[in-house]
Amino acid sequence: MTDAEVTRQFKQVTCTINGKKRTAIVDVRASLTDMLRDDYRLTSVKKGCEVGECGACTVLIDGEAFDSCIYLAIWADGKDIITLEGLEGPNGELSDIQQAFIDEAAIQCGFCSPGFILSAKEILDSGELYTDAELRKLLSGHLCRCTGYENILRAVKKTMYKRLGKQLPEVLIE
Amino acid sequence: MFIGKSVPRVDAHDKATGRTKYADDLCDKRAFIAKILHAPVAHAYVKSIDISEAEQVPGVVKVLTCFDVPEQPFPTAGHPWSTDPSHQDIADRHLLTRHVRYYGDDVAAVVAEDEVAAVRALKKIKVEYEELPFVLDAQEAMKDGAPLLHKKFPNNILKHTSSSQGNYEEAIKEPGLIRVEGWYDTPTVQHCHIENAVCFAYQENEKTVVVASTQIPHIVRRVIGQALGIPWGDVRVIKPYIGGGFGNKQDVLYEPLCAWLSRQVGGRLVKLECTREETFRNNRVRHAIHSHIISYVRPDGTLVARKLEAFSNQGAYASHGHAIAAKGMGAFARLYPCPNVECDAYTVFTNIQPGGAMRSYGMAQAGFANAAHTDDIAAALHMDPLELNRKILMKKGYVDNFYKLELYNDTFNQCLDKGAAWIDYERKHKEYEHQTGNIRRGIGVAPLWYNTAVWPISLETSSCRMVVNQDGSVQVQVGETEIGQGADTAYTQMTADTLGVPLEKVHVVSCQDTDVTPFGLGAYASRQTYTAGMAIRGCAEDLRDKILNVAYRYTRMQPYLMDIVDGNIIRTTDGRVLMSLGELATTALYDLENSIHLTMEKTTQIKSNAYSFGVCFAEVEVDIAMCKVKLLNIINVHDCGTLINPTLAKAQVEGGMSMGIGYALSECMLYDKKTGKLLNGNLLDYKLSTFMDHPHLEAQFVENPEPTSAYGTKALGEPPVVPVAPAIRAAIRQATGVPLYNVPMNPHQLFKRFSEEGLI
Amino acid sequence: MYDISAIYEAESTAHAVELLLAHPEAKIIAGGSDVLIKVREGRMAGCELVSIYGLDELRGVTMDEEGTIRIGSLTSFSHIHKDPIVKKHLLALSDAVNMVGGPQVRAIGTIGGNTCNGVTSADSASTLFAYDAVLEITGPEGIRMVPIEEFYLGPGKVDLRPGELETAVCISKKSWSGYKGFYIKYGMRNAMEIATTGCSVNVKLSQDKKTIRDVRIGFGVAAPTPMRAHGTEEKVRGMEVSPETRSLIGDSVLEEVRPRDSWRASKDFRLHLCKTMAMRAFTEAVRRAGGELDD
Repeated sequence: MTDAEVTRQFKQVTCTINGKKRTAIVDVRASLTDMLRDDYRLTSVKKGCEVGECGACTVLIDGEAFDSCIYLAIWADGKDIITLEGLEGPNGELSDIQQAFIDEAAIQCGFCSPGFILSAKEILDSGELYTDAELRKLLSGHLCRCTGYENILRAVKKTMYKRLGKQLPEVLIE
Repeated sequence: MFIGKSVPRVDAHDKATGRTKYADDLCDKRAFIAKILHAPVAHAYVKSIDISEAEQVPGVVKVLTCFDVPEQPFPTAGHPWSTDPSHQDIADRHLLTRHVRYYGDDVAAVVAEDEVAAVRALKKIKVEYEELPFVLDAQEAMKDGAPLLHKKFPNNILKHTSSSQGNYEEAIKEPGLIRVEGWYDTPTVQHCHIENAVCFAYQENEKTVVVASTQIPHIVRRVIGQALGIPWGDVRVIKPYIGGGFGNKQDVLYEPLCAWLSRQVGGRLVKLECTREETFRNNRVRHAIHSHIISYVRPDGTLVARKLEAFSNQGAYASHGHAIAAKGMGAFARLYPCPNVECDAYTVFTNIQPGGAMRSYGMAQAGFANAAHTDDIAAALHMDPLELNRKILMKKGYVDNFYKLELYNDTFNQCLDKGAAWIDYERKHKEYEHQTGNIRRGIGVAPLWYNTAVWPISLETSSCRMVVNQDGSVQVQVGETEIGQGADTAYTQMTADTLGVPLEKVHVVSCQDTDVTPFGLGAYASRQTYTAGMAIRGCAEDLRDKILNVAYRYTRMQPYLMDIVDGNIIRTTDGRVLMSLGELATTALYDLENSIHLTMEKTTQIKSNAYSFGVCFAEVEVDIAMCKVKLLNIINVHDCGTLINPTLAKAQVEGGMSMGIGYALSECMLYDKKTGKLLNGNLLDYKLSTFMDHPHLEAQFVENPEPTSAYGTKALGEPPVVPVAPAIRAAIRQATGVPLYNVPMNPHQLFKRFSEEGLI
Repeated sequence: MYDISAIYEAESTAHAVELLLAHPEAKIIAGGSDVLIKVREGRMAGCELVSIYGLDELRGVTMDEEGTIRIGSLTSFSHIHKDPIVKKHLLALSDAVNMVGGPQVRAIGTIGGNTCNGVTSADSASTLFAYDAVLEITGPEGIRMVPIEEFYLGPGKVDLRPGELETAVCISKKSWSGYKGFYIKYGMRNAMEIATTGCSVNVKLSQDKKTIRDVRIGFGVAAPTPMRAHGTEEKVRGMEVSPETRSLIGDSVLEEVRPRDSWRASKDFRLHLCKTMAMRAFTEAVRRAGGELDD
């Protein structure tokens, strides 16, 4: 490869990943999924369709959920990125939403779970109280074939009420 | 006791933190990438292939074609092998084919240093095809003169079987009978597990190692051996966690090709990952089946004589073959018993991708036809469909001479009572009669019958190995796989109870490795808690006996005076703890005179089967002008025997209901009539129902412990899919008066039917 | 890994114009939810791209002193949906962009991309037609303003000349003030969906809410490009708000729409939808405008 080709094909990308500033030389053709999985071995970022239809590759970029498969790695320069690996505390403590996914049996094969948990984090971090219909819409960028979404909704809803210090409704899912 | 308790999944923590490794997560990123060239024609012979330009693409390692692959054909179905040649799966596949039988069939492959190079090289391969006429529909394919897919199967009929009882022709002569007839069509659909099929292969110590996202590692090992013509022992298959399978991965997919490609490049690491589009186009699908049913009934609903013809679209290759249509035919005569029955089932090759196993294995199709037809009978008789179902469903005391079992409880009425009460059927059914206006509601019901495991049609066998560690903890290994359904958690609960150790001391080895894991057939037929349950109980009881016999040496107590409780050896007469299991394991292992390892391995052959039951009630609102159905309420009630883990059982039912909702209302694969090409093979155009298309899913149970089962449990994984579509159909009919005969009951279908019936 | 031969990242709008002139074969990539999919499918494999994703100057919604609402072309659907100016004055647009795909797609998808890819199914397009939006196009010659109806030249073809990029979508006060709108997206499922047909209706009612002073009816997937039912608008302008007028709208739009048969939906079904949806969107728009109209 010539020098010109190298400068054309690779770029230094510096971003914050799970709270730490990281730099890598990435191929400009790489998606953010490629960079996170291959360069940083953050394998919670899953590949399910690579066209932004399934949500398995979801990560938070500056607090907002994006499909990392249709996001170029070079665009991550200067951004704050969170993957599922970034949700645990320093001693491996689980975040409330991770614990809720376990407690509510919201996980089966587990392949869609990382993406779901990250979208749930964005929803919960907003501090808003949403209706079931709103939660379904906010989570509708993720496909799951195992659960019928029932327990995922329970996990997110329970955590939302808990964080807001509100009494859970008697019938949890209408 | 842990059975019956909703303990958390044993794999939930790792899955909630992203630590769980699936196949692609384990593959070194420097792996060579394999890509397949798929034919852009539905039926053709490959005349020649020119790879010279493709080989020149920078980064390409090797280009191989259908002219390079081994000559011997191989089967792919995830069935137990049979030593009886007449019972063996049909061997009709080659790693790459010279006879293209469906649009997208595999004709060549590229191994390259990276994906971009591999894809670029694919475009440079030049293939000359001799195109042939093609056929996409099963009944068309049976006609004389239709294009022939496999020379050994005249009229493309893979298999035709019949079954009958009584005398249909005589019985229909009874005066006063009402004749009800219908055709019920179900579509081709795909499993849509979120992890695509992926595998990688390499050579290690003269063995070909394949790591694959599969439900059936031991079967994959056998088929790779058959496909490559190498000893089965030269193949090692490793199955890590998988991102769903639903039957698609109960077939051998590209594992043999990947293994072969690795061997063609000197045993280097080669990864073959299906794209989502390949998962749709080149993996397996649920068979589309046309079912034709005629019933003769008395005015009170009594079934007098019935006839079924089913035409199953097998697609291009045999895969699971006739087993799917045959299973549906078996359900026809059992769900609604009738003294005079004639059934014919045909499985027919066509030029679409091959049908294989998919959650409920033929029963979603047969269940729709059968229950929808019952709803048609109820309409013809002006009877409440619930009342008719109660009258004609299989009754307590029903004896099945084939499966050698009987219906031990009044299960159907128990399930119907529970479902009707929750959804308030009686009131709503009355309220929704005689509606007018654009928005109308309706309520419907449908039952399901299922069986557990594959005996006596095929072999059922399972081995279990248990190893006690020196701290008293236990490893458990079986060949029945965790595919998301929660099998490992159920095995953990079973082992803890039978052996008498705390839950956290049981470690099910989730990853199967055919060099290490005892033989088991894998995840299918909703059989694992039943069959592996027997292997686990057998092994755990033998291990317990062994432990107590060893304990005698150190405690001097007779084995029959001792038990293992909560991980301790206790004296049963006074409950005294004599020593912990850990102390015993350590003492016995390091005994200088007579070292003993507290391990056990046991093979269990299962020669029984169990009926599993359920019902679904659905309530819909139909917007006639918009041709849209909104699902308002839905409940499934199942009798799957004893619940090992109620929360996980409920989750299984919800997932099955979800698949049933998609099947009922939106999913179907569309093939271009002019080219045979799959038109909607991606997650945008294939309408999987989303989070917003689901109402609350209510799952309830009737627990009648199964007398033939080690832990009282029986099939649950697949059955929940079955009754959903016919229940929704019945609800739409009540709302609009329009019976539907095609699944999915999507807006296109509603527009057509509402136009025909003059509603719009 | 995408098969892209080169990416040139623009540092400003002017730089983007320079890059586009220097690399005439290069395509613009904004959010990428369309372009990257085409690259992966092979339709654009091996292409050169000019990335404008980093141009924050093209993000955001503002209103100038004349009341013109300006939406920067790179503003994402999720930001447009939540924007207070859009929510207050262009509610139908806020709704429409909230029906694109799913939340993650709405986070990356931009209104500029949605209009510049020239597809008839774009969720924002029919509503922008119904708002008489004007597009701000920046190029080597400076800025030119193009009414959205003139921007679409054919399926997948828009009026972007060499070196040009769309920099904003503008809606003048006379186009939104006094109007209330409603968008209906017809899909086969409730999320992650491409519109089978879309219909966006804006109405302006008389003081007493009984007469239609103006109506604008936009459609997606009713013709090869997004379209307006001008003939129908002409007919019902000045008419009374009534079920009869609504029926007239339903019948009249059928003379204007030109949907096609495709495997996604039959022509007959789309015609039925155009009629039904125009009537429904009209009803809802009237209600939003304070008028009364029964179902």
